[in-house]
Amino acid sequence: MSFNLLVFVKQVPDTQNISGDAMTPEGTVNRAALPAIFNPEDLNALELALQLKDRYNAHVTVATMGMPAAAEVLRQSLYRGADRGILVTDRALAGADTLATSYTLSCVAKKLGNIDLVLCGRQAIDGDTAQVGPQIAEKLHIPQICYVEEVNSLEPGKIVAKRAIEGGYEILSSPLPALLTVIDANDPRPINVKRMMKFKRARTAGEIDMAAKKGEIADAEACKADLKARGLLMDEYSAADINADPSRIGFPGSPTKVKQVMSVVLTAGEAKTVSADAEGIAGLMHELISDHTLG
Amino acid sequence: MANIGNVWVFIEQEQGKIAGVSLQLVSKGRELADRLGVKLEGILLGDNLSGCVDTLYHYGCDRVILAEDSRLEPFTVLPYAKVIMQLILEHKPNILLFGATLKGRELAPRIASEKLAGLTADCTDLQIDDFEDKKNNQSYTDKLMQIRPAFGGNIIATIVNTWDDPQMVTVREGVMKLGDADTSRTGELLKVDVKLDDTDTVVKVIERVRADKEVDLQGAQIIVAGGYGVGSKENFKLIYDLAEAIGGEVGASRAAVDAGWISHDHQVGQTGVTVRPRLYIACGISGSIQHTAGMSESKKIIAINTDPDAPIFSCAHYAIVGDLNQVIPQMIKAFKAKQQ
Repeated sequence: MSFNLLVFVKQVPDTQNISGDAMTPEGTVNRAALPAIFNPEDLNALELALQLKDRYNAHVTVATMGMPAAAEVLRQSLYRGADRGILVTDRALAGADTLATSYTLSCVAKKLGNIDLVLCGRQAIDGDTAQVGPQIAEKLHIPQICYVEEVNSLEPGKIVAKRAIEGGYEILSSPLPALLTVIDANDPRPINVKRMMKFKRARTAGEIDMAAKKGEIADAEACKADLKARGLLMDEYSAADINADPSRIGFPGSPTKVKQVMSVVLTAGEAKTVSADAEGIAGLMHELISDHTLG
Repeated sequence: MANIGNVWVFIEQEQGKIAGVSLQLVSKGRELADRLGVKLEGILLGDNLSGCVDTLYHYGCDRVILAEDSRLEPFTVLPYAKVIMQLILEHKPNILLFGATLKGRELAPRIASEKLAGLTADCTDLQIDDFEDKKNNQSYTDKLMQIRPAFGGNIIATIVNTWDDPQMVTVREGVMKLGDADTSRTGELLKVDVKLDDTDTVVKVIERVRADKEVDLQGAQIIVAGGYGVGSKENFKLIYDLAEAIGGEVGASRAAVDAGWISHDHQVGQTGVTVRPRLYIACGISGSIQHTAGMSESKKIIAINTDPDAPIFSCAHYAIVGDLNQVIPQMIKAFKAKQQ
């Protein structure tokens, strides 16, 4: 018995290390100024999938939706132990909110078929919504176990997992197929150097076409055929390839619209400076007591 | 817009105890319902919950829709989603609010996906306003403005749901003010039949371990919070000493929690709780945007930091540039002296 695992991952701007020029004076985000990284909790989801592959007989497919450059997170997954990478990219997917995104990703799962377990990070650091996982589960009509810390057991037709709840944990059992969202509760393995040597040339068809356009390679089709023969051509799907309904993807498929975006301006410094000596502090305490903030 | 639906609040409870965020949302929901001229209804699921109902009237619900069944205890997402989906189809609410708790954040998307409704996560403010969708040349009146931080808290976005009702959001704990309870207020109770089948209960709870939080930061009027500048687990005693002296609770920044000096229950900020106490004393906290997002609404903020350029000072009312190891004992001493 072998299990088919599908991990959804996302390439995100590194919002946790925002530098000065990442925000424009108009309050919009300059994505180009932010490094693109593997969404941290998606690495936890991949790690959990790879642990299952180590413990059981499992095949791990990693899929992402994004720009052609997002193929990098697929390579990063192959370096760590994933068996297959799929990029879903299409201009028609632009502007997708969580509903359109989850619909699109559910189409990927349906196209692959025969999936036992879908794994996602709990949330991505660019939006922090945590909505896409549960919404994919609903679209596939399968149960979800959110905030998973570890998998206790996986057997044909059944999974038992430990997950976080407010103030504690639960151990849940669910029939398969099921979807897990995974939290930061494991240590993602580092890149395996041998695998990296093998897969660093892995490319999607789009990446090869781009390189051909830039004149970096002479014959795109020959290059694709060569990579394919060596198992290094990663799958690339368009919206049509996954049989997605055009009215349910991208901007048209997104019920939520952004009305306004503002950058966060901290309430400007009218801070009263208090000297760090006995006198200054006594004065501060006196003020707080007399205005009833304290006491 | 004529004949719009009511405002609903999903009432989260644990063993019959209503979550703080749910009552905060009832207070906010009351405001929204009054603005729209509709009723406010609390959606309460679980078992043996009749004791919760009056509290919901006291905080502003006109009606409580109560679904009781042993299969709804403890919380699991599939039967909850099924029952609420049935209620939505029958009663057609205009707005549906959830707390952005672990439960709310797994339940709301499951429902929104099935209903094909928009859902905005982790809102920090809600308003009613008109919306001009220039791209599609559509205009909408009296829509819910769903205001939330994004990009790690660096921007604030206003989101509008333009598809089917209900307009669904999850709201961060602690950001909406809890109104006063009016114990003379009463309302109407609607008990509904729970229709579930075997497919709704396929996920089984084998073991469940939980304890109430060590600390109620949201209810605290005074919070003394320590950050990485505290330096060690042992040195957190200083923070506890000051909190005890002035009658406050102890908070912490993520850096201090990640360092293992204090439990996550104490964490203030984007991945912790949002607080708005009368007094917040930030000790050795640099003031990342993720932290200040959770405390900048405090009435008075004192920041103690050795670094005069620490960002925390830009949201503080009182800035003390100095070593907390010297400053805190002096504060305790000064406070005790003034008290006498």
